[in-house]
Formats: sequence, C-alpha cells, structure tokens
Amino acid sequence: MQFFIFLIVSIILVVASILVIVQRNPVVSALFLIAALCAQAILYLLLNATFLAVIQIIVYAGAIMVLFLFVIMLLNLRKDEFGFEKRKAQRFFGILFAILLLVELGVVIKIGLSKIPSTEFSLDPDFGGVQSIGKALFTDYLLPFELTSVLLLVAMVGAIVLAKKKL
Amino acid sequence: MSWLTPDINFKIISPELIILIVALLVLILEPLLKGRSKNILPHISWIGVALALVSVITLWNREELGFNQMFILDNFSCFFKIIFLSGTLLVILSSISYLKEEKIFHGEYFSLILFATFGMMLMASSLNLIVIFLGLEIMSLCLYILAGFRRYDLKSNESSMKYFLIGAFASGFLLYGIAMLYGATNSTNLKEILIFTQGFENPLFLFIGLGLILVGLGFKIASFPFHMWVPDVYEGAPTPITAFISSGPKAAGFSALLRILLFAFGSLHIDWSFVLWILAVLTMSFGNVIALSQTNIKRLLAYSSIAHAGYVLVALVAGGDSGISSAMFYLLAYTFMNIGAFIIIIFLGEKKVNLDDYSGLVTKYPILGITLALFMFSLAGFPPTSGFMAKFYVFSSAIKSGYTGLAIIGVLNSFVSVYYYLRVVVIMFMRAPVDEVQKVPIPFFLGLALLFSVWGTLHLGILPQSFLTLAQNSIFSPF
Amino acid sequence: MFKTYFPIALLLILVLGMAFVIVLLSRFLGRRIPSKDKLSTYECGIEPTGDARGRFPVKFFLIAILFIIFDIEIVFLYPWAVVFKKLKVFGLIEMGIFLFILLIGYFYIVKKGALRWE
Repeated sequence: MQFFIFLIVSIILVVASILVIVQRNPVVSALFLIAALCAQAILYLLLNATFLAVIQIIVYAGAIMVLFLFVIMLLNLRKDEFGFEKRKAQRFFGILFAILLLVELGVVIKIGLSKIPSTEFSLDPDFGGVQSIGKALFTDYLLPFELTSVLLLVAMVGAIVLAKKKL
Repeated sequence: MSWLTPDINFKIISPELIILIVALLVLILEPLLKGRSKNILPHISWIGVALALVSVITLWNREELGFNQMFILDNFSCFFKIIFLSGTLLVILSSISYLKEEKIFHGEYFSLILFATFGMMLMASSLNLIVIFLGLEIMSLCLYILAGFRRYDLKSNESSMKYFLIGAFASGFLLYGIAMLYGATNSTNLKEILIFTQGFENPLFLFIGLGLILVGLGFKIASFPFHMWVPDVYEGAPTPITAFISSGPKAAGFSALLRILLFAFGSLHIDWSFVLWILAVLTMSFGNVIALSQTNIKRLLAYSSIAHAGYVLVALVAGGDSGISSAMFYLLAYTFMNIGAFIIIIFLGEKKVNLDDYSGLVTKYPILGITLALFMFSLAGFPPTSGFMAKFYVFSSAIKSGYTGLAIIGVLNSFVSVYYYLRVVVIMFMRAPVDEVQKVPIPFFLGLALLFSVWGTLHLGILPQSFLTLAQNSIFSPF
Repeated sequence: MFKTYFPIALLLILVLGMAFVIVLLSRFLGRRIPSKDKLSTYECGIEPTGDARGRFPVKFFLIAILFIIFDIEIVFLYPWAVVFKKLKVFGLIEMGIFLFILLIGYFYIVKKGALRWE
C-alpha cells in the first residue's frame, strides 16, 4: 500500500516537474511547480516528516509561489526581451552534462545501496513530527528561535528600504 | 509534565541586548520623528554602541556558557566585540555628514548598521554552527540593503544586487557544510564536534563539510577564489558602508573561522592547513598584484582588503596561541587604519574617487593629507604604525610554527603593496592641486572619528604591548 | 499511519472529483450558442487595446514580500501551538518576545505607510 502511494505520487511529481520546464508560459510553469511541491509534501508524509510536509504546503506552495507569480508578472518578459537565443553548443553541452550527471547518480546509488547497514536505526516514533520539533525549537534551540525574529525584522526593513518609492 | 527550560543568562548577552534594543529604538523613532528632529538618531546609535562597548569591557575575564551551550562569553569573543563595536562607532560618526550631503539621511541606515553589528557579535560568541549561521545571515542581510542605500544611483544598485546574489550563494554553501558536519558528527555544537574530531576515524563527509564551510566563510572574508564580488561591491556601495563591510564583517568571518578551524578542528590542523596555505598565498598575491593597476581609490582599497585577508590567513595557517593572538591583533589594527583611510574618502565625497582627484590634497587640506599618508604607511606596513606591528606578529608567528616560506612570501607581498600605497601619498604630496572648489570645514563628528582612528593606528604601532597582551589573554585554548 | 491520513486522502479525492464533475456537468448540460458579440472580450462593445498582461508596478511586490515574512511566522507559531500546553508560561513569554520584535516591524511598516496604496 505504501509503495503503491509512493509510486503514484512520484509519477505525479516527475511529470509535474517535467511540465514545469517544458512550458512556454511561465505562469503555467509556476502552477505546475505548485503541483510538484504538493506531491513532494506527500512524499514527506510517507517518510513520517509531518512538520516538513505541512510547512512545504504552507510556505512553499502557498507563500513562495505567490512571490514567484508576482515576479513573473512584475517582469513579464516578452519573447523578444529574453535576450538570449538557443545556441547549438549550449544544447550539446546541456545534454552531455545531463547524461554525465545521470551516470554519476547511478554509480552513487549502486555504491550507496551496498553500504546501507543492515541493522535498523531506532528513531523516536515522533521524530520529524510537530511535537518533537516544537520541543527542540522552544527549549534547546531557544536562542536561534528568538534570533529568527530579528532576521525577519531585518528582511522587512530591507524590503521597504529597497522597494518603497519614497523612503 | 513540563520540559526543562534552557539556561537563560541575560548577563552574558548584555552587549548584544543593548545593541538590539538601540536598533529597535531607532527603528521605532524613524517614522515617528519628522524633519530636523531626526538628527538625534545617529547620536542615539553611537551612544548605544559606546554603552555596549562599556558592557563588553565589564564582562572581561569571565567565562560563562548559556542557552544550552549555544552562547559563550569568553575573552576571545569580547576582544572581537571590541573590534566590531569600535568599527561601528567610527562608521556611524563619520557617516552623519556624508548622509546629509548625499540626501539619504534616513534612520533605517543606523538601525541596519546596528543590526549588522548585532549579527557580528553573535558570530563571535557562538559555540553552535546554527547560531553562527543566523548571526551571519542577520549581518549579511543588513549589508546587502546598506550597499544599495543610494537608491537613485545605478552603481549602488548593482553593488547591492551582486553582493546579495553572491552572498546568498555563499550562505548556501555554508549551510550545506553545516548539514554535512551534522551528518558526520550528529551535532552542530562545536564542543561536540571537537570531541568527535579527536577520535580515530573521521568520515569523508566531515572533510566535505569543512570544505563547504571554508567556501562559505571564504566569501565573507574575501579570500582568493571567492573574492570577485569585492571590487564592484566596494565601488558601488556608499563609502561609509564600504568602510564598514571591509572591517567588521571581515573580522566576524575570521572570528567564526578561527573558532571552527582552530577550536573544533584544531586536532586536524595538518589536514586543513595545507589548503589554507595555498589560499593565503593566492589571496595575498592576487590582491596586491591587481591593486597595482587601480585608478579608483575605492577599488584600490578593495583589492588591498583582499590582500589583508591573505595576511590574516597566514596567521590561521600558523595556528597555535601566537597564530590566534596575532590574527586578532591584526584585525584590530586593520579596523583602525582601514576605516581611517576611508574616513578621508567619505569626507571628499562620492564624486572624487579617482586617484587624480587626490592631487595636491595636502596643500588644500593639510591635516587630511597627512593622516591619509599615515594610514597608507600603516596599510603598507611601515614602522612606527600599527600595520607594521600587526604584520610583524603575524609573520613571526608563521616562522615560529615552521612556515618560513609562507612568511617570506608574505613579506615579499608587503613590498609589492608599498608601490600602490605610496603612489597615493606621492599624488597627494607631489602633484599640484587640480580643482579650485571652495574648501569646506571638516565636520565635527567626522573629525572625531578621524582622531580616534589616528590614535588607534599610532597607539597600536608605538605601544603595541598593551593590546597584544589583551589579545594573548583572550585566546581560547586551542586543542 | 493510513488510519490517520485516510480522512485527508478521502477529502482530497472528494474535492478533486467534485471539481472535475462540476466542470464536466456544465460542459454537457449547459446550452451554448456562441455568437461574435458574445465571444468578444467586453460584451458591452469596447474594443480591447494592447496586451492584457501588462507589467505590474513594484508596489505589488512589496506587499508580496511583506506577506511572505508574516507567513513564515506561521512556521514558528504552528509547532508552538502544538506544544503550548507543555511549555506553560515559559512558552508564552518566549513567543511574546518573538512576536514583540516582529510587531515592531509591523509598527514600522504601518507608520512608514508601506501598506498605503500611493
């Protein structure tokens, strides 16, 4: 059953990812990227990383993609404004390196599979769950947590300083 | 059942808290104040920095941990905080008149500088890679914004954009390295990494992680293969920000590098010192050779700052007690002499950045001409200035650790650098002045900053012993 | 694990199926008699001029960025809400500090007039 779900979701993921890069219209690409991100969230769920799955949907599929769409519409490049044409050499090297990467990946997986220890790691059943992340974040990692608010504050100020018409 | 709360210790983070509160205060006051009343914002800022400086000094000679071993108060961090805070103080004082001239006098400027200082201070006194990363991000984010603060100027926009893209890339490397180290050692705590590296078996991705961290921090300190952003960013950023970027963040990067390399990876010194040896040689030589052909003084000082990063790397390669203390002394000396040189460029304004504009400066502004000459001599490493003592300690620590070749290359590089530093002096003293623009009086606070940096440069050069003892007392125990 | 996620999966299938069925139903049940006037962009007769996809002004972007920053807060609020009972007053204080710092940012944004449409 788990494998079955994994299969369906990963097929959706791969197809959506391919559609992201072959689309001519960047807005459509962005929509397929949302589909890919949602599929990835389900993969996280299968790995028991519930927190990551939720965040993936809230932040990536929700917020970051809004930003992507804004940027696409902000620039709204027409075809003649892209400023580059497809070169033959570019395509050649692109395919060459893609194949090289694929071979490398295959080798790494083949070596890696033989090195996985046979003994099962015993993990906390809630590892990657919201509870355990909350516990770590609000007790052990208290200082980094509070620092994040400063980081977000600086980002706010930065957005206004750089993008507001009249300071 | 409730969980244990971590050991919260407000006393050990009091300098950081002061800076943070002042930064927040300036940020709140900025939209509330209108018109001329905004003039108090820089004064609030520098008073805050001075208070933080006092609180750092009161915390001297204590060693305390806090926040679940994430934050450490020791003399090492205090020494670096003194470097950051005095750099920030000089920059704030010298930018008041500049900002009014450029018509960019906004409170955000001071607030962001303070936030950046906050980030640096965290980097210096963190024992955990996550806090180091957060400090670095807080600092870098502020700097990206500040580099583009002259929003009407295309060069400033370019500077900000380039700095942001390359900096974000560097942060990615750093984060990936931290993830690798966590994978190898099961901890982001430097103490636990230290215990791990003292063991017998070190997995390959421990070294991959260390390499990636080296790349990430290499960008921040502008060492050789990761330096390409430096000239453009330095040229386009507002001059006080250029002074700021070249002193504090560089020192902060080195403080993190010192802790990671010489503390957590101290027992693997043989493994990484070879890489750093090459980096140091290339950084020094590259910076100095390219600087020879520069005609823009901001770009010249940009390449010179790359070269100076190389000298500090020599101290890192040397390692040991004397290596750490000489690197710290060097960074302190560099802060004073480098910001000092920049203060004069700040005064002359954004339009006069070519070397030809400095012709006959000494007849027009005798004080500025003589002090700029002093800073140039110091950067080149002539006695009796701080630059000489700093280089002397760095190279002697290299010789002490048996890196005689490296020391010789460093000295040769210093000779090369004499050419371009002295060229500035020659242009100022030997050539006739070109323009007949009215002489402007030196603003009070800029003059004060200039005086402070002259004092720093001369004091560290003539009576180096007091500060050297401080540096020697403030090394963490290398393992 | 399947027991916990089964309702969600069911809901997902239901939602997708519903959307699909509604589109199909309107396709088959609706009467369509297209004419030239009905297919024009504005039925009231105004001729469309230029490209529909003009450039957005940068102020939209400012809003988007600010939205993201406040959205990221949720990342921290969510696990906090889950473990709140165990953290007790301590949790309240630490989240209070976190939100206070961000509230200063909000105050700054509002006072600066960044949310006002110029």
